Amino acid sequence: MPTARSWRAYPQTYRLEAARCSKCGKAFFPPRLVCNKCNGRQFEHFDMKRTGKVVTHTIIRTPSDEFSGQAPFALGIIQMDDGPRLTSQIVDVPLEDVRIGMPVKLEFRRVSSEGEAGAIQYGHKAVPARD
Amino acid sequence: MRDVAVIGVGMQKWGELWERSTRDIFVESALLAMDDAGVNSLGAMYIGSMTPGLFTSQEHLGSVMADYLGQKNIPSARVESACASGGLAFRMAFMDVASGMHDVVLAGGIEKMTDIGGGDATHALATAADMQWEGVQGVTFPGLYAMMAVAHMNKYGTTREQLAAVAVKNHHNGTMNPRAQFRMEVTVEGVINSTKVADPLNILDCSPITDGAAAVILVPADMVKKFKKPGVKVIGSGHATDTIALHDREDLTTLSAVTEAAEQAYKMSEKDAKDIDLAEVHDCFTIAEIIVSESLGLFERGKGGPAVEAGETSLGGRIPINASGGLKSKGHPVGATGVAQIVELTEQLRGEAGDRQVSGARVGLAQNMGGSGGSSLVHILEVM
Repeated sequence: MPTARSWRAYPQTYRLEAARCSKCGKAFFPPRLVCNKCNGRQFEHFDMKRTGKVVTHTIIRTPSDEFSGQAPFALGIIQMDDGPRLTSQIVDVPLEDVRIGMPVKLEFRRVSSEGEAGAIQYGHKAVPARD
Repeated sequence: MRDVAVIGVGMQKWGELWERSTRDIFVESALLAMDDAGVNSLGAMYIGSMTPGLFTSQEHLGSVMADYLGQKNIPSARVESACASGGLAFRMAFMDVASGMHDVVLAGGIEKMTDIGGGDATHALATAADMQWEGVQGVTFPGLYAMMAVAHMNKYGTTREQLAAVAVKNHHNGTMNPRAQFRMEVTVEGVINSTKVADPLNILDCSPITDGAAAVILVPADMVKKFKKPGVKVIGSGHATDTIALHDREDLTTLSAVTEAAEQAYKMSEKDAKDIDLAEVHDCFTIAEIIVSESLGLFERGKGGPAVEAGETSLGGRIPINASGGLKSKGHPVGATGVAQIVELTEQLRGEAGDRQVSGARVGLAQNMGGSGGSSLVHILEVM
C-alpha cells in the first residue's frame, strides 16, 4: 500500500480510533461521516478497548503474493467489546486451535512491507486473551 | 416501461485463451449474438468487465469494443460491479430498451484473466473486497467465503461433504456443456482431499481463473416477431448492495443483497421462488451456492446443504441449479459470468440446451454477485 495511504490510517492502525454516533450510539471502526443505522452526522471519536471475541475464522494457505512469506496464517472476524467488528490475523496460537467465541486482544504488530525494501507497515493482530 | 425480450445469445468456449486478445474474445461472442438475432447494427452497448486495467492494462472498453465490432459512433459503455459486472450490464441494457431509448441493445461481458500471473490475479480480484480494512490483513476471496462457510457450518450444521456435493454436481453438469472450461467429473472424496486454499475450502471448492466473454441482444418484446429466433421475455430485474466489508454484516450466514435483489425481481415479475423452474447462481465457491440458494428463498435457511446432497438441485431434481456447470466448471471470467448466465437461461427456455436441458422449463432465474456479496443482480426470464 502506498505510504500516504497507510499514513492517513495511522489513528486507526496505531490507536484503534473509532467513532460513536452521537444520535443512536452505534460505533464504527474506522470512523465514518454518516451513520448507516440512523443517518446521523455527529460522532464522538474514541480509542477502542483492545478486547473482543472471534466470530468466524479461516486458515489462509494460498495467500496473495504480498503475504506469501506468512502463509499459512489464521484470520478471523473479531467482535470488539466496544461494538465494531473487524478483520484480523490471529497469531500466537496453533492454527487449528482457533475457535468461534475465543476471547482475543489486539496487539500492535508488523503486518507487511511495501515490497522487499519498502516501508514496513504496522497494524493490529489478534492474540488469545489470557486473563 | 416497455416489455423487453432476449432475442440472440453468443458465447464461445471458455478457458486459457492465450492466442486471442481481449477484443477478439469479446467481438467473437458479440458477433455470435448478433448473428443469432439476425441484426447488423446496434442502438447501444453495455459491457461488463471488472478490471481490464489490472488484468490487461486497457481501460475504456466501451470505445475499444464498439470500434472493433464495427459499430461506429454508437453509445457504448463499460460498467463495473466487480464479479457482478455482467449482470449489471444486462440490467443497464434492459433499462435502456425498457425506457424506449434504444430498440436493439447488446449486453456483453468480458474478462481476460490469464495475461498476468496467479498472484497478480489474486490481487486484482481482491480489489473487490475492502482493500484497506480487509486486504491489509491478507484476506483473499477464498478466505472471505471460507469465513462464511465456518459461520454457516457452526450455525446450521452444514457439512464438508455438502460443500463438496456442490462441486460434484456442477462439474457433472459441466461435462455436458461444450463451452465449459473444466469438463471433468469430480468426487466428494476428490474435493475433500484436494489442495487446501482457505480452510474449509479447497481448490476444488473454488471457481477458476478464466478468459471468456458472452453477449446477448435485447429488443422490445413487441418487436420479437421481426427476428429469426423465439424471444425470451425478461420479466424481473433486481439490483442491490450490501456493506463492502464482510465483517460489517450482522449475519454472516446469509447474503442480504441477494435477498433484496431477488425480492425486487420477484415483485416485478409477479412470481416467487416456487415458480422458478431452474436457476443459474453465482457459485464462485461451493458455500456461495448454498447460501445464495437460501438467500433467494429457494430453500429455508440452513436447508441449502442438505438439499444439494439429496439431489434436489441436480438435473432432474426439484429445482436444478447451475445446469450450465456454474462458475465452478464452466469457468469464471468475472465480467462475463453474469451475461453467460443469461445465455444459459435463454438456451434452456428455448429448449436448445442439449444433454443438460431442463425439461419443460418455462421460468428461469439468474443471480450474479460481486465481491463477498457487496452487490448482487437477479433476473427472471420466461418463455414467451
